[in-house]
Amino acid sequence: MNKQKGRNTLRTMAGIVGLAFGVLVPFGAVQAAEKIKVGLMLPYTGTFAALGTAITNGFKQYVAEQGGNLAGREVEYFVVDDESDPAKATENANKLVKRDQVDVLVGTVHSGVALGMAKVARDNKTLMIIPNAGADDLTGPLCAPNVFRTSFTNWQPGFAMGKVAAERGHKTAVTLTWKYAAGEEAVNGFTGGFEAGGGKVLKQLTLPFPGVEFQALLTEIASLKPEAVYVFFAGGGAVKFVKDYDAAGLKASIPLYSSGFLTDGTLAAMGGSGEGLLTALHYADGLDNAKDKSFRDSYSTTYKMQPDVYAVQGYDAAQLLKAGLDAVKDGKLEQGAMIKAMAAATVDSPRGAFTLSKAHNPVQDIYLRKAEGQENKVVSIAAPKLADPARGCRM
Amino acid sequence: MDFTTFLIQILNAMQYGLLLFLVASGLTLVFGIMGIINLAHGSFYMIGAYLAFALTSMTGNLMLSIALGIPLAFAFGALLEWLLFSHLYKRDHLEQVLLTYGLILIFEELRSLTMGDDVHGVDIPAMFSASIPLSDTLSYPVYRLLISVVCLALAAGLWWLMQRTRLGMMIRAGSHDRDMVQALGIDINMLYRTVFALGVALAALAGMLAAPISSVYPGMGGSVLIISFVIVVIGGIGSVWGALVAALLIGFADTFGKVLVPEFAGLAVYLVMALVLLWRPEGIFRKG
Repeated sequence: MNKQKGRNTLRTMAGIVGLAFGVLVPFGAVQAAEKIKVGLMLPYTGTFAALGTAITNGFKQYVAEQGGNLAGREVEYFVVDDESDPAKATENANKLVKRDQVDVLVGTVHSGVALGMAKVARDNKTLMIIPNAGADDLTGPLCAPNVFRTSFTNWQPGFAMGKVAAERGHKTAVTLTWKYAAGEEAVNGFTGGFEAGGGKVLKQLTLPFPGVEFQALLTEIASLKPEAVYVFFAGGGAVKFVKDYDAAGLKASIPLYSSGFLTDGTLAAMGGSGEGLLTALHYADGLDNAKDKSFRDSYSTTYKMQPDVYAVQGYDAAQLLKAGLDAVKDGKLEQGAMIKAMAAATVDSPRGAFTLSKAHNPVQDIYLRKAEGQENKVVSIAAPKLADPARGCRM
Repeated sequence: MDFTTFLIQILNAMQYGLLLFLVASGLTLVFGIMGIINLAHGSFYMIGAYLAFALTSMTGNLMLSIALGIPLAFAFGALLEWLLFSHLYKRDHLEQVLLTYGLILIFEELRSLTMGDDVHGVDIPAMFSASIPLSDTLSYPVYRLLISVVCLALAAGLWWLMQRTRLGMMIRAGSHDRDMVQALGIDINMLYRTVFALGVALAALAGMLAAPISSVYPGMGGSVLIISFVIVVIGGIGSVWGALVAALLIGFADTFGKVLVPEFAGLAVYLVMALVLLWRPEGIFRKG
């Protein structure tokens, strides 16, 4: 009797366990194959809030175009506001990597924060896609197999601008930027491109970041009388500089060149002072390609505003991730296979299709643009298929 | 550096120095005379700049906007004093720091909610938008010279107010001995409210005047806060002339620092501050 009861219990137990295996396990297994956990670590407050939002919008737009998933996998978002604060970068990235166990980190705008994130990504072997931060080092000395970038290096637009300045017949130039990494990298790019084309940089002027009192340096430029001036500024500093340059009467006598950030989203605030400025960047208004047109149409319909270069970079981050996921169809998220597929991908970007360099930075056309009204209209391709030299990257 | 350039740099230094005086003048009253550590000074400057932007978009005229903005800022200052600062006079500096730091965060967030995070520009009024040619390549904007004139007038006006009027006398007396002034039958609360509101109005005026040349952007208050404190401290706390001399000194240090020692330009201002304080620990013009 006892034996019988025992056997029954055993049978029931086996049934339950079997049921559990039959139902729960495959269910769990399917879920694991379906979901991809994406950690968005971007600025949603502070000076760069608009950029973080544009990147997020661009990313989600691509996912929406794919029917709300990537390569058949549901996308689960984990969102952290990085506040553009480098001091909190490691802690925030660790939250996503260790607590939320994300499969891929997407971020960020501020280079200092991105450097902290990249360290966490390298240490934990988490896949990372950088949708803006332009620090040369991220795909230079600090490059890693699991770290990708869909934006640019500060060197790229600078180099293209220097090349164009030399082609336009300028023999001498003076550069001016804030004394910080991004500015110095951009100026190095310009100097490289300009001097390779036969020009000479007379002086590299700097002022402390984020100072906006330019008068003394404008006087210095006027007394050096170069044939061209290259600057790297963004945001409020960009607006003030361009207005001051114009008010000092320099705009009429010495052509001003810059990386595109000078005139992106700032032309309205500059009033007429920005009109006609030539800048170099990997995106422009009025590009003649179907992808850009459809991207702009659907973005402006969905978000009720025009997309910018940041939205494009976010959109391309999602495209690059999909390329990786295509390589591991329905199976486990095997990182080696994903990295291989992503490194070899051709991303059909609104800026024009691009591939990735060995250091995982876009090899892309840099456009020469001219400010007309509120737009930076494409003039020509300043440097076709330009790859960052990735100095110091051993990969 | 040739002689013409040298002269232009001197002009730059004086012009920048006068602008700094304008920015710091409100703090001279609130911190220098009333003794409140007002970290929100930069926020009042920012509020002025955004006020200029908002009012100019509505009225289309900066001068009219400034005329409207000054009484608004004055009323806002009086309201803040009544609501918050009047409770702080008897408390220690730490609590003033906490309150005014909190105000920075609140004002920044309110700015973000109401005006967004974009960079804005304010047009220079047409009648002052010309430039005067100085050399074959460089010219000087008339509006900058106008600001310098306004700053000088303001310095003279403040000095006159503090030293030559009955109100100024009461303010100075109040800063020395609050209780005694009250015992003499003067409404000290009203007096302090007026001074504080004046300080806020001056900071806002600085923001409004500077808006066309500095542009209007998030976090702009932070850029003037430290330099304002530097000027008030090295000028001698509470001295209007001291603040003017200190502002000019800083203008020269910053301008020539950028040109002559660009590697250490960020340090030039603080080096001057350290040297002045070693020489006169109580500031250049501190009396008794």
